[in-house]
Amino acid sequence: MADSLVPVLEAQEKMDTDKMWVIWGPQHPFSHGLWTLKLQIDGEFCVDADPIVGYLHRGWEKETENRDYARIIPMTDRLCYCASMTYSHLYCMTVEKALGIDIPEKAKYIRIVADEVCRIQSHLMWLAAVGTDMGNLTVFLWAMREREYFLDLNVKLCGARMTTNYPRIGGVRNDITELFDRDILRAVDRFEKAMWDIIYLIDDSSVFVSRMRNISFLTREQCANMGLTGPAMRGCGVDFDIRRDDPYDNYDKVDFEVPVLNKESKVGDTYDRYMIRIEEMFQSCDIIRQAVAKIRAIGKNAPYRIKTPTRVPAGTTFGRLEDPRGESIMYLVSDGTDKPYRLKVRSPIFTNVSCSKVMCEGVRIADVPAVLAQIDMCLGETDR
Amino acid sequence: MDTVYQSPSIEEITQALTSEFPQVEILSTEERRVKAKCPREISHDVCQFIHDNLTFEHCSVVTAVDYIDHLMVVYLLSNYYTGIMIDLDVDVPADDLHIDCVTDIWEGANWHERETWELFGIVFDNHPRLERLLTPKTYEFFPFRKSYKMRSQE
Amino acid sequence: MPYQSILDFINFADPYENPFTPFMSSNLPYDLCYGLWEIIGGTIAWLIALLFGSNVVSDWLLRDDVTVLFAMILFMLVIFIVAFVVVLLNLWMERKVLGRLMDRRGTMIGLKGFLQCVADGLKTFMKENTIPAKVDKMTYIWCVSLIVGLSCFVACMVPLSNRWYVVNYDTGLIIIMAFYALAPFFILVSGWAQNNKYSLIGGIRAAELMISYEVPMLIIIATTSLLVGSFNINDIVAAQSEIWFIIPMCLGFIVFFFCAIAECERPPFDIAEAETELVEGWQTEYAGMKWGLIMLGDYLRGSVSCGMVAIMFLGGWTIPFIGGTAIPEIIFLIKAWFVFFLMILVRGAIARVRPDQILNLGWKVFMPLAVFNLAIAVLLKIGGFY
Repeated sequence: MADSLVPVLEAQEKMDTDKMWVIWGPQHPFSHGLWTLKLQIDGEFCVDADPIVGYLHRGWEKETENRDYARIIPMTDRLCYCASMTYSHLYCMTVEKALGIDIPEKAKYIRIVADEVCRIQSHLMWLAAVGTDMGNLTVFLWAMREREYFLDLNVKLCGARMTTNYPRIGGVRNDITELFDRDILRAVDRFEKAMWDIIYLIDDSSVFVSRMRNISFLTREQCANMGLTGPAMRGCGVDFDIRRDDPYDNYDKVDFEVPVLNKESKVGDTYDRYMIRIEEMFQSCDIIRQAVAKIRAIGKNAPYRIKTPTRVPAGTTFGRLEDPRGESIMYLVSDGTDKPYRLKVRSPIFTNVSCSKVMCEGVRIADVPAVLAQIDMCLGETDR
Repeated sequence: MDTVYQSPSIEEITQALTSEFPQVEILSTEERRVKAKCPREISHDVCQFIHDNLTFEHCSVVTAVDYIDHLMVVYLLSNYYTGIMIDLDVDVPADDLHIDCVTDIWEGANWHERETWELFGIVFDNHPRLERLLTPKTYEFFPFRKSYKMRSQE
Repeated sequence: MPYQSILDFINFADPYENPFTPFMSSNLPYDLCYGLWEIIGGTIAWLIALLFGSNVVSDWLLRDDVTVLFAMILFMLVIFIVAFVVVLLNLWMERKVLGRLMDRRGTMIGLKGFLQCVADGLKTFMKENTIPAKVDKMTYIWCVSLIVGLSCFVACMVPLSNRWYVVNYDTGLIIIMAFYALAPFFILVSGWAQNNKYSLIGGIRAAELMISYEVPMLIIIATTSLLVGSFNINDIVAAQSEIWFIIPMCLGFIVFFFCAIAECERPPFDIAEAETELVEGWQTEYAGMKWGLIMLGDYLRGSVSCGMVAIMFLGGWTIPFIGGTAIPEIIFLIKAWFVFFLMILVRGAIARVRPDQILNLGWKVFMPLAVFNLAIAVLLKIGGFY
């Protein structure tokens, strides 16, 4: 620190200033959904933050105890409108594990494709949110434009844009439709080119980069200890991806790279967390290509779904999956009937939001939207 | 208690756990999964051991299951080097719903414990801030217990 | 007779006897209004005389000073309406160009979307006039009037050509800048008056923005007048008849352009009303007509910024080597719109700048550049180029 600044800072210390609580939300343009962030500010700086969630608590987990297993699948789509496919996938996977059955190869690859499409469109939704949070609407609309292609793919696959209701216990609802494999490869090729427009717009702009650089540092230990998961965690040097390290549904048979920044320095700022998601979209394109090739190799008339019993044997089990936003877990307790005894959902954002206190400490007010955009809020799964 | 395993295998985990804590019961193991059970009194020590010596840096889930005669607190703990998860079950008698909190070990367990408290009524001792999180502050009941019937269940 | 005080304007019963009158025959809008009122007033006087014979009202209407009075009222209306239409066109251009930048179409209904601006304006005027319970009512309402009034005033003060102006001052540029810089004070006051934390932070940020951008901006204005030797806008434009000031003062142009964006608080320098952090900043508690007027004021200030850039750097209403044309107003407006187009491009391309970055930019980048620009101008002046 420059010596000339010291008397100024000392004078500031002596000044009798009050800290002020500013309440952001539940209706605030920065909060993508209904939640509240209480911020304590000291001048331009945030000194404390207190996230408040629960406005959307629907008792989802209690509600499932009242339904048979097959009828829970549409409910899982409502957990998060951006990543609905991963949640229904996770649920079906968990129940299959409890049943102890293995699903056809083709269904596994179709699920991978659907998951990655879901991941790309969820990340594009996040990118759009980053654009508006930074005060630039161009990024928002360009990202939404790219997202439309992937929503169209969802429509081709299962008839719905967002709440897909596609995976089933024991496979998937329907085989890939005719020409779907061709369309998805085209869409992916197109996307990889079009994505560079947005990247040039953001990364080549020193305003964007300087807004995200050098704010809200998190170390690897902090991330692990606070339970921050997903791309935000990988941006801070934690080299962990459930798809690679705890593979499910044939993710071990596709070859992909997990983008991890700052493996050596083990500390990451907001820009690193941002970069991870951009990189992940390209990796998802790679995974889609490989999985589509596998589906083509398996052939047209291969089974994509097997019949499963409606009653699940008693016991506890859990499934784990890499959601676009982090680690999601479903913990299932079954008692031998056709309804779950208890179904617990571990939502990645529920834990990530609790980190916002640490992430917001010491940053400027104007940085808070940029910092919290990297959490990629989705309140449906946070409050469940 | 000195050996620190950064990326322990399943065998090392089971061996270390049972040798350190004779009361810990390994229920089952499978690929990258260990299911263990421990009494309530030593749950904090076991968690501390798992965190410090077995390098399980991340606490994925803290939740509870209501078995009517007793409640069960479930910890799902994960290791970032191997992808192994430990499913640690702790039984809590229904008439004395207290258990040591693990927020001092894993900061990420904070909200999970708050949620478990407000939905099941299990008190996590020494928790820094045991307040209602998802449900309104006026709630006086614990909605996820089996004794709480929803309208359609009555 | 030298100019003594503002009373000189008042002391002459007949404005035409005043040597400082702005309403000499070279003022086109005034002449238009005078002619217009001669027709309207004459017709009314004739109709009344037709009905009632010779009467007092007809005689009064036909008096010289009364004609001047009504011509001046019409003159005010005409000047404001022209400025207002220019602003509406700006708004329409922003919507269309920004839409195309973002791969959408912008407004579509009514004259290629132009009437959408009118409809939006009317909509805000038809809303209920709400005043929050705990605001400081007096300040809350007066700040809107002052901000919008000052913006309108400044927008009217910018001449469109050497024949379309309100007053031809020797201190034209200084007067415009002085009134232009007043609005942030009222933004600060209204931010306090609203009894809202977002508004307060927004108001303080407006003041912060002002102290970081006024200074380089004024230095560049001083540089321009140093080259010309006058603050008179006519003189400044005339000095650029051969070569635009953008060429000797390209640094100054860049600095002034960005300062002008900051001055009218357009994105990316809209930190006072940054919607993601401060909801709407100092406008949070304003709704309905008041908010619509504030938006109008914002765009009026935007058009003033563009006009200033066009006057100071792009040769105003003249074209090099050709000089004046038959329609200098259109030439001037095309230049101003081009500057506004650049502002829209900047808005579409980059993100909002953080307040501390703005301070850094203003004091550490723009300020030295402005001083450097001044040094170049001094060298040019010493070298005898100007």
